[in-house]
Amino acid sequence: MARFTPENETVAREILSRYPVPKSALVPLLHLAQEQDGHVTRDAMVHIAELVGVTPAEVIGTCTFYEMFKMEPVGRYLVNVCTNISCMLMGSDALLHHAEERLGISAGDTTPDGMFTLEGVECIAACTEAPCLQVNYRYRTNVTNESFDSLVNELAAGELEDEIPPHGTLARIRQHIPADRAAGVAPPDVNRVPVWMQTAVADTESPAGSEAN
Amino acid sequence: MAVTDAPKMITSRFGRDDAHTLAGYEASGGYQALRKALSMTPEQVHTQVKEASLLGRGGAGFPAGVKWGFCPDGVWPRYIVVNGDESEPGTYKDRMLMERDPHQLIEGVLIAAYAVGCAQAFLYVRGEMALAQERIAAALNEAYAAGYVGKSILGSDFSVDVVLHWGAGAYIVGEETALIESLEGNRGMPRLKPPFFPAAKGLYMQPTIVNNVETLSNVPWIITHGGEAYAGFGAEGSKGTRMFAVSGHVKNPGVYEVEFGVTTFRDLIYAPVYGGGIRSDRQLKAFIPGGASAPWFYEEHLDLPLEKVAVDKAGSMLGSGAVVVMDETTDAVKACLNVVRFFAHESCGKCTPCREGTTWLERILSRIDDGYGRSSDLALLMDVCDNISPGIAWPPKQTTICPLGPSAVSPISSALQRFRPEFEAKVAAATKARADAVAVAVDVRTAVPHG
Ligand SMILES: Cc1cc2nc3c(=O)[nH]c(=O)nc-3n(C[C@H](O)[C@H](O)[C@H](O)COP(=O)(O)O)c2cc1C
Ligand code: SF4
Ligand code: FES
Repeated sequence: MARFTPENETVAREILSRYPVPKSALVPLLHLAQEQDGHVTRDAMVHIAELVGVTPAEVIGTCTFYEMFKMEPVGRYLVNVCTNISCMLMGSDALLHHAEERLGISAGDTTPDGMFTLEGVECIAACTEAPCLQVNYRYRTNVTNESFDSLVNELAAGELEDEIPPHGTLARIRQHIPADRAAGVAPPDVNRVPVWMQTAVADTESPAGSEAN
Repeated sequence: MAVTDAPKMITSRFGRDDAHTLAGYEASGGYQALRKALSMTPEQVHTQVKEASLLGRGGAGFPAGVKWGFCPDGVWPRYIVVNGDESEPGTYKDRMLMERDPHQLIEGVLIAAYAVGCAQAFLYVRGEMALAQERIAAALNEAYAAGYVGKSILGSDFSVDVVLHWGAGAYIVGEETALIESLEGNRGMPRLKPPFFPAAKGLYMQPTIVNNVETLSNVPWIITHGGEAYAGFGAEGSKGTRMFAVSGHVKNPGVYEVEFGVTTFRDLIYAPVYGGGIRSDRQLKAFIPGGASAPWFYEEHLDLPLEKVAVDKAGSMLGSGAVVVMDETTDAVKACLNVVRFFAHESCGKCTPCREGTTWLERILSRIDDGYGRSSDLALLMDVCDNISPGIAWPPKQTTICPLGPSAVSPISSALQRFRPEFEAKVAAATKARADAVAVAVDVRTAVPHG
């Protein structure tokens, strides 16, 4: 399957340009691949390796460490129910059980129509609004069995397409640094005192030790 | 009850719907602190933060001003990395700050970069927080266009890019050296400290300041009002205010910014403006004072002030500002297992006592809870805990590379000490069930007609 499309390759190059060391772009690029295809494909990882200048094995090595990267297709909607302590105290076990019954699958599985994947997950930082869940990383809080059912119905009917993009898309606004506003990357091997620090540094250090510009 | 009228230092804009936009931020005093900072020398800005005694809000509570001074002389470039990986169970505040007031954080980052001399800033947002990423991207785009970020900021000789970076789901990446590994594109496994203290050898082995989102969000207030004014609030060992997430069995779960030291746990849990008391007016069983890693507190700790020194001395920590309240109906074994399972799942696997130890702790607790416990299991739990954290003391010692391993020990040493009869009852029930089963089996095999 898919390498980056030309448009996404442009986005990838822009992301790369923000880091002094290209490998730093790996995680954002893996997200871009997942946004394009819904999961991270082998071809995308090979393409990322080429763009970043590392081996495909290094890309897989990083990819497999992180829970969010799926190397196999998942449902259009990834439903993540928090199971940690604050949510557990407020009934997340029962909620997850209800979700399994409603969707007809066990946590970890995908519905046969490819619409839903259900997961029990660790704390999603909404602990005061427990129990809670995310659909493709969009929050639903103080969830009841009834509100879960209507959520599933609305998702299945395509009523939430505007709010919740298909799995893989995170932020829909990207950072863009205009060329005329960029300060530029700071390569680790250029030992240069920042301009605004020069007077301060001159007081404490011998200027010979630094290549002030 | 001590509900003080200390100003809201970091949540002051939470009432505004437009606080996340540049217009809304500027209309409420935004970027004035940056202007003021640029009229001072970096040294003077740093001094204000030192005078404020601003403690880190990520968990360890280390003074930010002191940390900023740890970068070795003559080694450039320096970087600053913002820790927005918030994922400690019970913790909910950084996401709020990033979603609702992203410019305040960006302004704090800029002032820190100016004071320390950081040539590039990276804002690491947790992968699962799509809205926070969106809000920060939008805020940065606006701030660049307005001349607040990037080249020659506000016409000065201060230039720095702030790069939005995002994670992909791994609690351990919140640990600062793992955060750096992840930002370098690697598997997010911690580095050994020493020698890899980020201020000395951090990102790309260069001096790097790692600060939490809430920590840096305090910086604009400090520069606007002065370090001395900031230090006028709070207690001796903890200045200013802090955000606390009160969750679990309270009537009003919520995130509250309260003054350090003056407010107590009792206020936070019972005051009508905060937690409002235990649901259905039940009794308190236990509470976790500072996130899942913290040893548990009980009734007798309620009157402790929310203040680092006092809480540390009492045997726990304010950690990440997460207060999780359990009422009398809570099953201590299940609650303990829940927290331990989290750490077992999130262990990065780099060192053996943590990888194997947390896994075994989870298995043993599971079998106790499932009714297959053995009478030797309670001692075995403590033995495994001791392998991870020798002496099971507070503050913890560790045989591990990072503090995640010892974090799994906290809930066990707490629950087992306080609620031992609950563990024993589950084991006794299991032992009895097994004995009954054996008795039946023996009966069948050796059955002889009676009487
Ligand atoms: C296992 C582990 C997880 C951590 N997670 C976070 C986190 O999610 N966010 C955070 O700011 N600090 C976290 N920390 C603390 C960081 O290592 C570091 O101390 C902190 O980011 C420094 O910022 P501060 O001084 O402003 O608090 C974690 C530490 C450990 C050991
Ligand atoms: S203590 Fe656990 S999380 Fe920390 S480095 Fe060791 S294995 Fe990884
Ligand atoms: S414990 Fe469920 S969101 Fe934090």
